Amino acid sequence: MKPRATRDAFGETLERLGAEEPRIVVLDADLSESTRSFKFGNAFPDRFFQMGIAEANMLGTAAGLAATGRIAFCCSFSCFVTSRFDQIKVSLAYNDARVTIVGTHAGCGVGPDGYTQMALEDVALLRTLPNMTVLQPADDLEATQVVEYLVREHPGGPSFLRLTRQKVPRIHDESYSWQFGRIDVLRQGKDLAICATGATVHGALEAAARLADEGVQCTVANIHTIKPLDGEAVAELARSTGHVMVVEDHAVTGGLGSAVCEALCEAGATAPVHRVALREFGESGSTEELFGKHHLDGPGIYTEARSFLERF
Amino acid sequence: MPTEKEETRRQLALELERKAWRYRIDIIEMLAEAGSGHPGGSLSAIDLVSVLYHYKLRHRPAEPGWADRDRLVMSKGHGVPAQYVVMADLGYFPRAQLWTLRKLGSPLQGHPCARWLPGLDASTGSLGQGLSIAQGMALGSRLDGNPFRTYCLMGDGETQEGQVWEAAMSIPKWRIDNLTVIIDYNKAQIDGYVRDVMDLEPLADKWQAFGWHVLTIDGHDYRQIMGALDQAEQVKGRPTYIIAHTVKGKGVSFMENVVHWHGVAPKREEADRAIAELKEKAGIPAEEAVR
Repeated sequence: MKPRATRDAFGETLERLGAEEPRIVVLDADLSESTRSFKFGNAFPDRFFQMGIAEANMLGTAAGLAATGRIAFCCSFSCFVTSRFDQIKVSLAYNDARVTIVGTHAGCGVGPDGYTQMALEDVALLRTLPNMTVLQPADDLEATQVVEYLVREHPGGPSFLRLTRQKVPRIHDESYSWQFGRIDVLRQGKDLAICATGATVHGALEAAARLADEGVQCTVANIHTIKPLDGEAVAELARSTGHVMVVEDHAVTGGLGSAVCEALCEAGATAPVHRVALREFGESGSTEELFGKHHLDGPGIYTEARSFLERF
Repeated sequence: MPTEKEETRRQLALELERKAWRYRIDIIEMLAEAGSGHPGGSLSAIDLVSVLYHYKLRHRPAEPGWADRDRLVMSKGHGVPAQYVVMADLGYFPRAQLWTLRKLGSPLQGHPCARWLPGLDASTGSLGQGLSIAQGMALGSRLDGNPFRTYCLMGDGETQEGQVWEAAMSIPKWRIDNLTVIIDYNKAQIDGYVRDVMDLEPLADKWQAFGWHVLTIDGHDYRQIMGALDQAEQVKGRPTYIIAHTVKGKGVSFMENVVHWHGVAPKREEADRAIAELKEKAGIPAEEAVR
């Protein structure tokens, strides 16, 4: 399989599901080409709402549509839509609206557009809302199944689907069956657990393979469901390896790294945790350069793992 | 000769005017009991809310989840005591619950919580968001063949929020005529008079320029309110915006047009004084129990 962006899988899946589920409505804020929501819009123009560059109004409108029994998808770059936090808090979450916020172009993976187009705080923000579900697929196959879940099985309430602009390699084989709320253990080892999410998972696998060649056995867990996090499973990773690393294309504060620390503390599982994430503003550059700079790619994760294991 | 409909409306207006005194007494009593809340904007909105529920909304108090009910979004969420007193009167919940306003565990939250109180169509309170929600409801109704109409009651102060103008711009785009917006234009907000804090004028011109059908009424005149709500239903291809000129704190002489009473509940003695005045105006015996 060629690498594909998770937003591509999203756009195709939503278009396909539009035919079987008439309750789906899709809203976009002048980025429908980029978010791939235009595919649904072309196929089902009556159920697609082009809201213009007005994300707050888009979110509220989606909440109102959800109140009439619809399954709404609100699409934009993650940075622009999740920064309307008060609308997400009140219009969506407090109304328990069945709206999926589709935030594409997550993290510094956006690349050359620079910091203002990078959502680096979105997971931290949305994770605070009691009824919010936060999902981040690691490849196109997983993204497809996540969208199917959101349409066919999600019990309701707001959700956040975090997607990449950049292409990511397929890490699952065709037989993969995504499980909501679980962690996806991709390989197992006794020395170190690497928890990764979204676009960093394939780099974690690459680093683990190199570490294995050098005799260090790693568990690699793909954390696609960031909220609700399977805290007990994460605690078990800590107990079985004694060392936990978390890698994410997000600010170091408040994201998956913080969620893992919280889960370990609450479970009484003691292990040092090393968080690999952005500790500064983003900047322009290619995705590869930025992932390299922030140690979110295979070589970077390898380096971080080595220094972590030296320190503990 | 007045038509039968006009006569029915005249009779209902008289009945609702009488009811409004008791609604105002209930608002004062519940806010005094709560010890906090927003009397000014509740008293300015009560006549609008009462006419909506008694005259216009298609709704079933015994079946609050009825799918085809008309929707009411209370965008000025702080004015929700006006909605609570009418809902209690109509049997949505027992009247005794009015006195639990703002207390721990009460479904009568300080600002509307639709998850806790059946009959409320949207949770609001962070200003400027209700009109967008109403837009979504109106679009949803149109997708279903227009089984219901959506109403949105807004405040003047909240019209300063940018999101209101996003919604004002986007709603006419869909050419929907199943949405009526009413602004409770009482001219005062927490920090002062609207014209001083951030003037909205020329308000009618602005909404007209955005593509709305605009009506202007006295928001305490029942027949004008009824007429405007009726007229809005006849407008085709665009939404209607009703500017209802109101008086902040309407009905209680020492509260009327006084900014202070935006967000301060009356103390017991002040409440007793307000209730005595309202009873006198309504011809209700002074000794009659409020609760």
